[in-house]
Amino acid sequence: MPVTTDSATEHSSAETVLSIRDLSVALPKGADRALAVEDVSYDVNRGEIMCVVGESGSGKSMAANTVMGLLPKGVHPVQGEVNFLGQNVITLPEKQHRALRGLKIGMIFQEPMTALNPLMRVGAQIAEVFEAHGQLTPKQRQERALELLIEVGIPQPEKAISAYPFELSGGQRQRVMIAMALALEPVLLIADEPTTALDVTTQAQILELIRDLQRRRGMAVMFITHDFGVVAEVANRVCVMRHGKIVEIGEAKDVLENPQNPYTKALIAAIPSNAVPPHRETSQVAPLLEIKQLNKVFRSRGGWFKSAREVRALDDISLTLARGETMGIVGESGSGKSTLGRCVVRLEHPDSGELLLDGVNLSQLKGDALRRERHRVQMIFQDPYASLNPRTRVGMAIAQGPMANGTPKAAALKQAGELLDLVGLGASAVERFPHEFSGGQRQRIGIARALALNPELIVADEAVSALDVSIQAQVLELLEELKQRLSLSLLFITHDLRVAAQICDRIVVMQHGRIVEQGSAEQIFLHPKEAYTQSLLDAIPGRQAPVAATA
Amino acid sequence: MVYARLILMRLLKAVIVLLLIVIFNFFLIQMAPGDPAAILAGEAGAADQEFINQLRERFGLDQPMYVQLWRYVSGIVMLDFGYSYRLGVPVFDLIMDRLPATLLLTGTAFVLSLVLGIVAGSMAAARVKKPSGSLIMALALVFYATPLFWVALMSVLVFSVYLGWLPAYGLYTVGAGYTGFALVLDIAQHLILPATTLALFFMAIYTRMTRTSMLDAAQQDFVKTARAKGLKPSVIQRRHILRNALLPIITLAGLQAGQMVGGAILTETVFAWPGIGRLMFEALQQRDYNLLLGIFFFSAALVIVFNIFTDLVYRLADPRIKGAS
Repeated sequence: MPVTTDSATEHSSAETVLSIRDLSVALPKGADRALAVEDVSYDVNRGEIMCVVGESGSGKSMAANTVMGLLPKGVHPVQGEVNFLGQNVITLPEKQHRALRGLKIGMIFQEPMTALNPLMRVGAQIAEVFEAHGQLTPKQRQERALELLIEVGIPQPEKAISAYPFELSGGQRQRVMIAMALALEPVLLIADEPTTALDVTTQAQILELIRDLQRRRGMAVMFITHDFGVVAEVANRVCVMRHGKIVEIGEAKDVLENPQNPYTKALIAAIPSNAVPPHRETSQVAPLLEIKQLNKVFRSRGGWFKSAREVRALDDISLTLARGETMGIVGESGSGKSTLGRCVVRLEHPDSGELLLDGVNLSQLKGDALRRERHRVQMIFQDPYASLNPRTRVGMAIAQGPMANGTPKAAALKQAGELLDLVGLGASAVERFPHEFSGGQRQRIGIARALALNPELIVADEAVSALDVSIQAQVLELLEELKQRLSLSLLFITHDLRVAAQICDRIVVMQHGRIVEQGSAEQIFLHPKEAYTQSLLDAIPGRQAPVAATA
Repeated sequence: MVYARLILMRLLKAVIVLLLIVIFNFFLIQMAPGDPAAILAGEAGAADQEFINQLRERFGLDQPMYVQLWRYVSGIVMLDFGYSYRLGVPVFDLIMDRLPATLLLTGTAFVLSLVLGIVAGSMAAARVKKPSGSLIMALALVFYATPLFWVALMSVLVFSVYLGWLPAYGLYTVGAGYTGFALVLDIAQHLILPATTLALFFMAIYTRMTRTSMLDAAQQDFVKTARAKGLKPSVIQRRHILRNALLPIITLAGLQAGQMVGGAILTETVFAWPGIGRLMFEALQQRDYNLLLGIFFFSAALVIVFNIFTDLVYRLADPRIKGAS
């Protein structure tokens, strides 16, 4: 094998499947930097899981895409070698490179919701892998597809094979993706953030599946993630990347327990830790928000001949939020947590029950009366990219709320500048457009917008879920600080128990529209009473691993 | 079977919609200025009041409006659309006489524009940022922007008058007495110019739409998945990108198909094509309200039929759509 042997690898005994040497990949002109990755070298060996960790923009997926030949248009390698089974894939003609894809290298992606063709049956999409490489007869392909679905643990595989992707859940779709990637028993599996879009319990199952399949087949796995918790769960070796360069590489245990590089240390420290903040006493005297027996049912409209379908999004929800308190609403997708938040800001109208804000029943208000009260409860949305109008200047986006409530334009814009200053962006941001800001900065704009109306209660719906961990920590800090300074109450909706434990005084766990358990953060995290809460906690990646050592 | 029930349900709704359309059209015509009896009498040269009254009586125009409406609606249920005021022939026969020619013309144009549009659009999408791709889009823009009647006149001028390749007007050569295959060939020759003219505009729309839609679909994650499987680019283009890109085109094609009865007035007039469009134009000029109402009815019925058909096709093309829409 013409693989370079000059660099000493720790795994000299293991067979090297992929060897990346001095790889640099150029970005198109006009990008924020010239090279997506610079002088990157690492190996992936048979029988190990190599985790490439980094925040968005670190270039962690670039090497993987180079291996696959799936680099975006305008992005191309300019230096170095990517040796896969002794062949440098960079110089490989496209036709031969294509022959490797799916056959020798399998890949799974982040978004299970969009990574499958919505118009093709699952079985046909798996069978396509065999077809692409001219293997088996159509009948045998279907048989193999079924075997693969059984192997990846899809419930009711005989049904799933003829299902369309939209009929499967996110976790099931990711299993289909894995079945597809493993169809031809590749030597190398590349998993690009395969569990990021999944619920925590589903994530735990998928991680378990990947680990299990890797062991059984002795594959090499290149696992790309931003989550050190996941790293702790699956990695044999870790490669930490930042701004296109490797900052640290080594055995997983060494890197996690004894990180050398300050950036790695910061990243690990930024993980919402398992350590629970001490219980803070809040004045339980004056409840700001009282929710009494709130119900909300979503009905799909039936036709003349079709019965309507019902989903109980909120089922008899009662809770109390004290002034100055932060309450976490935690649940998986479909638990009704977002519906609850939307009801509180009255974007959704509850079917029955009371929403008392300082004694005023919000759920009964209509028209002008509702408009007068609306400013008291404001919302921060999940997606910092989609929640700002791309054609509205940031200052205007913030000023619109006060202007709608009668503040003159000049005064509202001046206030917008002050608020932008308050959230750490500087008043000059008023004149700029949303696309000029990063995700974390946009979320700060979202916070400024929520504050513009002098609310007493802020509902943050997955406000930090789309952000990198280090940015996440900063935004959480900002929220905490503002809350103290402006004596706000916070309803913090999240799927991530770790994040909730970090900033919430009390936590409410929801499932299927009901409250499963509520209590202080400490109590929920350390002494959960309900089995469901316990299972959520168990599913947190890296919980048993010694990650928190640096905290 | 789900489809059978669905079709039944949609047909039931369609009947109600159609009934409402009939009533609406009836009142619309009543509100239009001009008295058909007066015009007929005027053309006959005897405009005295008695003759007009006689005409009114004959066509039931002297009855109160609700009686007229009731007669009309109950007639339609029996497929009786009344008589043409002017020609004295049953409206139903007149329409049936003209319908085949129109359906032949618009149907050909429909298939032609759809097939060529999708082919040209896919080619343009595969050749994005290349001169050949830009050329396709430039041509599409020209066809899109050029008025139909001008294209019609110019094509007659070039292909019939100047080059003498194709007949300029009519459905077949009058007096040639062709039968069998010779007649088919003759009609096909007559069809080329009007069908192409009519097709160009929609072809341009389909081309543009297919291209945009395919470029959109090519950005989707599942295309990357398909590439990761090692599929050939041509297979990815066809099976993954084009199939997903076709969905909006089906919607548009359904709209175009609905216009097949009434959508060719201009083309039929220029090429003297003996179809519904011309019939409608004449009926309008002569205040032949019964005939006009009959044509309205057929156009509306066809729109509804194609709406149902489009829904079914859409359901086949996209498994995510289920149940009543």
